Amino acid sequence: MLAKRIIPCLDVKDGRVVKGVNFVDLRDAGDIVDNARYYNAQGADEVCFLDITATHEGRKTFATLVEKAACELFVPLTVGGGISSVDDFRTLLLAGADKVAVNSAAVVNPKLISDAAERFGSQCVVAAIDAKRVDTDADGKGIYHVFVHGGRKDTGIDAIEWASRLEALGAGEILLTTMDADGTRNGFDNDITGRVARNLNIPVIASGGAGKMEHFYDTFESGADAALAATLFHYREMEIRELKEYLKNRGVEVRI
Amino acid sequence: MHNGKKMTQNGFVTIIDYGMGNLHSVKNALDHLGIPCRVSDSPEDIKAADRLILPGVGAFPDAMAALKRNGLDKLIIKQCRNGKPLLGICLGMQLLFDESLEFGVTRGLGLIEGRVVPIDAHGLKIPHIGWNSLSINKKSPVIANLNDGAYVYFVHSFRADTASDNVIAYTHYGEDIPAVVGSCDLPVYGAQFHPEKSHDTGLSIISAFCAL
Repeated sequence: MLAKRIIPCLDVKDGRVVKGVNFVDLRDAGDIVDNARYYNAQGADEVCFLDITATHEGRKTFATLVEKAACELFVPLTVGGGISSVDDFRTLLLAGADKVAVNSAAVVNPKLISDAAERFGSQCVVAAIDAKRVDTDADGKGIYHVFVHGGRKDTGIDAIEWASRLEALGAGEILLTTMDADGTRNGFDNDITGRVARNLNIPVIASGGAGKMEHFYDTFESGADAALAATLFHYREMEIRELKEYLKNRGVEVRI
Repeated sequence: MHNGKKMTQNGFVTIIDYGMGNLHSVKNALDHLGIPCRVSDSPEDIKAADRLILPGVGAFPDAMAALKRNGLDKLIIKQCRNGKPLLGICLGMQLLFDESLEFGVTRGLGLIEGRVVPIDAHGLKIPHIGWNSLSINKKSPVIANLNDGAYVYFVHSFRADTASDNVIAYTHYGEDIPAVVGSCDLPVYGAQFHPEKSHDTGLSIISAFCAL
């Protein structure tokens, strides 16, 4: 049986690891290669680096750093941030990434997902969605929209339908960040995570809101295949090893 | 840190470059273990190597066509029949068998009896991607350092269909899937998963292979 995955995620800006709370308010916190080494040893099932650098120069630095970080990682590496072309995919895959995450660019140009899947295989195409609850339907279920530009712009697209569309286009995995939960530490939003996971035939990574070990248990119960967290691991507030022991004791299949 | 670092390896490994997949991560794993290696498509480097690694990501027919284009298929078969150890990884493992049903029937290298068929996952998601556990089927030096139940990282849609005698470890995903295979009479091995992405367990298999 497949193990549920724990994925530490690090935001990278101008070659340094940072972490925002609710997508603003960044704090500088460390070296990308040291972090890669640390999480590899800690038992991370995969490591994710998201580049939030705005400049072209900074992007080139990121590819160089991915190459250095990949040398320290013996688990899969996912990278993303500002990916807008098949060439961006190629650059990062050649630098040693195993998967590349696409966010806003897929909303503007959905063909990017199918082009990348055809060229490099679905297994390396991660479609990221920033979802925000905008309303509640008649049954009391949340209505979620896809947001872009770091969560500032509502596209008006239904997030659950968008996830299905991304699967049909050839995405190999969905990285679902719920923006209301992100940075709150009140738990993942398992309403939308569960609904997306049940709808799809590809893995769903829950992201945003982890604060306690039970939050991971809850999101796996709701159907998530993997859970991603940043601050919690980044500031050493939770050890991945301890989290996995906890999950194992509660009957969740994890790699220890 | 890893057992492989303490072992002594003779000579070097040639990682066969035939244009299929990311060789960087395989080389990185060997570099990390301190095992001398080179990535090459030259017949000289394949002949001179003490061991061969055949990686591969992509489709079976493309991979066989690429090997044939340079005559590497015949060279690899000859080297292995003469007793040179070879480790196939992922698609590289599948190429070791007689034939594959991926996009029609394509003949493989025929170093291990069996064929490559689609996974019948009984409703589970395809491809089989992620960390799955190994159950040991028979003893082999390549799994000398491996514990039953250890997790390794898979990414594939096809699997080997071969006699149990050729299977060193299985994984289970809807059905039993050969995860580590080995020829009964040649030092030819294959891993369906990516040992270079399977943390200490994967590295232990690479280092055990390089200590054969």
